Amino acid sequence: MTPGLLALIVLGMAVIGFILGRMRAVDAAAREKVKLHSLPSYYGQSVALFVAVPALLLLGCWLFVQPILIETRISANIPESAIPEGGARSLVLADIRRIADGLDFVVSRGEATEQDLSTMSADTSDIRKLLASAGIALGSDVSPVVFEAAKEYRIIEKEGALFRDIAVLLVAAGFGMWAYFRIKPSMRARNISETFIRVLLIASSMVAILTTIGIIASLLFESIHFFQMYNAKDFFFSTVWNPQFRGGSDLGILPLLWGTMYISLVSLALSVPIGLMIAIYLAEYAGNRLRSFAKPAIEILAGVPTIVYGLFALITVGPFLRDWIAQPLGLGTSSSSVMTAGLVMGIMLIPFVSSLSDDIINAVPQALRDGSYGLGATQSETIRQVILPAALPGIVGAILLAASRAIGETMIVVMGAGAAAKLGLNPFEAMTTVTVKIVSQLTGDTEFASPETLVAFALGLTLFVFTLSLNVLALYIVRKYREQYE
Amino acid sequence: MTDISSLAPSAPTTSAGRSLYVRSDQARRRQTAETRFRMIGFIAVMIGILAVAGLLTSIVFNGVSSFQQTYVKLDIFLDPAKLDKKGDRDIEALNKVTTFAYVPLIEASLRKLVEDRGIVIEGLNPKKIGDIISKEAPADLRRYVLADPSKIGETIEFRLLASGRIDGYYKGRVTMESAALDRNISPQQLQLADQLAKAGVLETRFNPSFFTAPDASDTRPEAAGLGVAIIGSAYMMLLVLCLSLPIGVAASIYLEEFAPQNKWTDLIEVNIANLAAVPSIVFGILGLAIFINYAGLPRSAPIVGGLVLTLMTLPTIIIATRAALKAVPPSIRDAALGVGASKMQAIFHHVLPLAAPGILTGTIIGLAQALGETAPLLLIGMVAFVREYPGLPPEGIFDPASALPVQVYNWTQRGDPAFVERASGAIIVLLVFLLFMNAIAILLRRRFERRW
Repeated sequence: MTPGLLALIVLGMAVIGFILGRMRAVDAAAREKVKLHSLPSYYGQSVALFVAVPALLLLGCWLFVQPILIETRISANIPESAIPEGGARSLVLADIRRIADGLDFVVSRGEATEQDLSTMSADTSDIRKLLASAGIALGSDVSPVVFEAAKEYRIIEKEGALFRDIAVLLVAAGFGMWAYFRIKPSMRARNISETFIRVLLIASSMVAILTTIGIIASLLFESIHFFQMYNAKDFFFSTVWNPQFRGGSDLGILPLLWGTMYISLVSLALSVPIGLMIAIYLAEYAGNRLRSFAKPAIEILAGVPTIVYGLFALITVGPFLRDWIAQPLGLGTSSSSVMTAGLVMGIMLIPFVSSLSDDIINAVPQALRDGSYGLGATQSETIRQVILPAALPGIVGAILLAASRAIGETMIVVMGAGAAAKLGLNPFEAMTTVTVKIVSQLTGDTEFASPETLVAFALGLTLFVFTLSLNVLALYIVRKYREQYE
Repeated sequence: MTDISSLAPSAPTTSAGRSLYVRSDQARRRQTAETRFRMIGFIAVMIGILAVAGLLTSIVFNGVSSFQQTYVKLDIFLDPAKLDKKGDRDIEALNKVTTFAYVPLIEASLRKLVEDRGIVIEGLNPKKIGDIISKEAPADLRRYVLADPSKIGETIEFRLLASGRIDGYYKGRVTMESAALDRNISPQQLQLADQLAKAGVLETRFNPSFFTAPDASDTRPEAAGLGVAIIGSAYMMLLVLCLSLPIGVAASIYLEEFAPQNKWTDLIEVNIANLAAVPSIVFGILGLAIFINYAGLPRSAPIVGGLVLTLMTLPTIIIATRAALKAVPPSIRDAALGVGASKMQAIFHHVLPLAAPGILTGTIIGLAQALGETAPLLLIGMVAFVREYPGLPPEGIFDPASALPVQVYNWTQRGDPAFVERASGAIIVLLVFLLFMNAIAILLRRRFERRW
């Protein structure tokens, strides 16, 4: 029985339990001529829950634990001699697993029976050919030890699966019976199912916490791994980034940080003034017609995926800047540059800054404006000397949030900034960022053993810490400011 | 009576004694400053709108041609001597005939056509005639024959893909000048294409296989399609919907309706706010380290992508759902509790249905974000070159697949400029999906939004 089928059977049992439980409750109430404590379906639910939940939990645990147990047992039976020179035990185990799967497949296609298999041995028959016919290609001939281990693996797995099926069904039936016979009209069935739902709700809200723990754990764990292989001082203070395939790489984060900061700075220099002015104009000056057109139009920018901006940088902005500005001025010949990525990222951030500033400007009390107009100030004087200072903390918060976005942005810089890690000032030169290097070190075949791969986790950790502290700071500033007027 | 009323008949004056009706220098300065400020604001708005227009037109302009493709219509004789030597139409034997056996058939038929029509091109190497047909065409023909072996021995009219350079010629990407420098195409071949076009054999028409065909290798941009990517994205969206909607709604109900005000709840709330701002690539690292390395899920599979995107979408959905729940007035809850409902019943029977439009709107917007997300998918191996369609769910979600935005990235990394056109075309498809989803969200909001 496959686990999916088993789960379906359990669910089917739960449905039957629901119907039976409901009937028993209604009958009992009619017989004893008392009112039920809860609505009848709650009694059904309580039975169904007791059938399904423990059984499915058991199934889940079993599926998780069984492979680990089997592997330790099989692994203990493999002598050191069966492990090829320079190979790892885990590779042999993976081979065993594949052979076992292949044998399952062969049997299911009827090319061999169980008896055939038990008499078959790697010395006499060509296992490799047999498995190749089943679509499983093995790198080398199967050694007898491995083949025996694979056969044993199959047997243990089968036994385990049988025990699992029996155990799960027993648990489902047992708990179901218990819940069924417990039903009395006075039983508080509603409370049972509500407690269950409540636990479910709490568990769901834990997912967010678990995600954060997962992020921090995966980043920290692999980063520590990295710093065991690579000097932390070199990582944080070296100005050379030059990964090599054969080790001996220079993995200094400074050029990457510099590129990140430079590009973010260019993008903020574009998006903050424009976004802010858009927010001011639309909030204070624009007529209804312009506002109802311009606001959604600019918000389109916020809904466009970053890959679209990346493509825009790659095929339009990059070549344009190169052909019309960089080359005539003799500043560079590369279409991917700090300027390309910065400009496009700036466009991406415009709606972000403008909608945040819009909220903040609208939160400034009307009384402040009226007071300023009453003293004879013009509209622009009011904005510059009253509204903006009053909104300043909020705007600073918005800028920090935008900066954190810019630092963490990936696709635009991957496609627009280039891959050369250098410390330069020329904005028309290609530079690279932390996120670009995370992508380039982790895409393709990755083995989690070399510092060249693991450095991506250290970069990720740095990025995470940076953006997180910017966010926390921004939220703190924004919150503190809001309290002033509310 | 005071002094003020006695002054009334004369014009109002400033303390310096000048009339207020005459503009002072200072007033003029302030007014120019006002106009200037206003202009700057207006210009900023215009820049914003121009940016939107520029972005969209650039993509549409570059990509719309990918919906068209150049085809060559040929009468091909399916020679039994080459395809089926035994003549028994045995499908096993036919399966063993490789694509290479089909190449001569196409070339022969094309050469015959050129001769029949009397097309003579100065300096065209006869061997090069066949090169105007895509390398993918024999495979297409083979698939056709395998689907219906009874056609062997007949002459069939078949529409074959023209090669990428020929296609580029009709889309303005390749010119006679660039062809002279190009190893893959010669001006003579372009002239031949022109002649064939005049004869009505070569035509550019709508290309449905762009939406259905799988990706193709570097040398065959003309055959590359979005089929696998669209299926992969659809699987992931399905997963995200099935996982993040229930979890998000459940979490929001707990936080909004049940959670006591304490440190723990605060922690969860701060956590969600921060998760919403974590760079997407960090989620990719999470997916790689936890789902692939630790849990051993397969690379490039929609299941991993779906899980990662679920975690990314959750904060969006939770924030939207909480706002929707908050918007339902307390009187609804009080009324339900008043007639004897439990808190759980009040929420699930009354509050939740009333908040449903808001929740759905938030969910759709979250899904739209997830659909366009690229960076985390790069890290979990979705950039791999996948030509096989994934199977049907549920097993299919473990098969390797691509995703729409990743396919775009993938194509931009290839050498042939024809792929850039494809990438822009794929972006248009992606944007149309997004537009559709956002339109539904807006409609839902308009239709069901209720002000209490």
